[in-house]
Amino acid sequence: MLNAVNLTRSFGNRQVLRGLSLTVEPAEIVSLVGINGAGKTTLLRVLANLLRPEQGMVRFGSYTPLNAPAEYRRHIGVVMHTSMLYDNLSARENLRFFSRLYQIADSDKRIRQVLEMVALNSRADELVRTFSRGMQQRLAIARALLHDPDLLLLDEPYTGLDQRSSELCEMLIRQAAADGKMVLLTTHDFNQAVAISTRVDLLHDGKISWSSPSAGLSGKSLRATFNELTVFSGSHKGHGVNT
Amino acid sequence: MKPFIGAILAIFWKDLLAERRTREILGTMLVFALTVILVFVFAFDLSVEIRRKAAAGVIWVTLCFAGTISLNRSLTLERDREAINALLLAPVDRTAIFFGKALVNWVYLLITAAIIVPVYALLNNLSLFSWGGLGVILLGTLGYILTGTLLSTLTLQLRARDMLLPVLLFPVIIPLLLACVRASTILLQGGNPAELDTWLVMLVGYDLLFAAVGLLVFDRIIEE
Repeated sequence: MLNAVNLTRSFGNRQVLRGLSLTVEPAEIVSLVGINGAGKTTLLRVLANLLRPEQGMVRFGSYTPLNAPAEYRRHIGVVMHTSMLYDNLSARENLRFFSRLYQIADSDKRIRQVLEMVALNSRADELVRTFSRGMQQRLAIARALLHDPDLLLLDEPYTGLDQRSSELCEMLIRQAAADGKMVLLTTHDFNQAVAISTRVDLLHDGKISWSSPSAGLSGKSLRATFNELTVFSGSHKGHGVNT
Repeated sequence: MKPFIGAILAIFWKDLLAERRTREILGTMLVFALTVILVFVFAFDLSVEIRRKAAAGVIWVTLCFAGTISLNRSLTLERDREAINALLLAPVDRTAIFFGKALVNWVYLLITAAIIVPVYALLNNLSLFSWGGLGVILLGTLGYILTGTLLSTLTLQLRARDMLLPVLLFPVIIPLLLACVRASTILLQGGNPAELDTWLVMLVGYDLLFAAVGLLVFDRIIEE
């Protein structure tokens, strides 16, 4: 289980996370929604051990970024806005490099598996710089899945994906949850959030200001709640700032 | 220890593989270094004796300038598409990134040295090779790269990093540069062996100091 308690993080004078607490259970898919600048990416970066919170604690099972940072990170797979890949290496070479960093046994077999999962087997030996945005995103997902992590942190994973790739991505997320993994993703698409997740959390004013199981929710009702809690509250000061 | 060494080597091979394809770092370094050497050789009408005296200074200054190219570019590669985050997410001690990057930059600088020293010797009709000189080059370039990798990491997120790195780096390496030039000069022209030992001890101390500083602070400076 992922457990974040009382997280606080600022950039300059702007406090992005204000005592945020969050729990993700095994087999749960949590969609995180919020206006631009609400702190979704910051939260994911803190959970991924890429940013230190000023206050608060993150725990994954018995590991925390403080007591066992490497072990903590071993259990996490991350997809961010950018692909985090090397342009001048092929898809296979990129994955081989990361498999070495993660000390994956029988890495060639695992690389073939994940390339097949994201339908990039036929392009495995081509340089990443020749890939389209969608193909790079699929390869980024393959990189995140490479070490079979227990927790997936996905920052707008559908960005740049066409319809077929979106369906593929959705299938991979569902499969991960079916395998007992935890998934926390951010999205601006309310219909997608409701369709894929088991729970929707709304991040606003640096906290989870609203949370609901997806069952019984619709995209429309989620939008109405979102508008009521954010747009009409008049407190969207960070609008347009990507944190 | 094994995952740590494995991560250093993985980063090293990954960078070499990318460089083999683009040749952008080593190619630029060599062109730049050879141009500087040619300028030194042909811009001044000096006697062979003065050229011999100036050899150590010319070679070390050239290596220092050429080294900033690889230091800047090597970490910028990690910044493109934020690949540095993927490195930071890996389940290994993050100082492996520091040593992996330092290792590849050190190799680039040694290759540059292996080319410009014979070229300078050839153009000036000098004999510059000695085992002691090789030791000074190994120790001196290592210290330079350890310092440079640490400082280029510090400037990684800054917009003016290309300009800032030399400004930050050169004042810090003055003691190192002094030790390298003095030790090389003693080896080339003969001198007091005790004085040579002093400079060599200083080089070893400098290398150990910056390796230790990297171990202690790299994790912190790369994270933010």
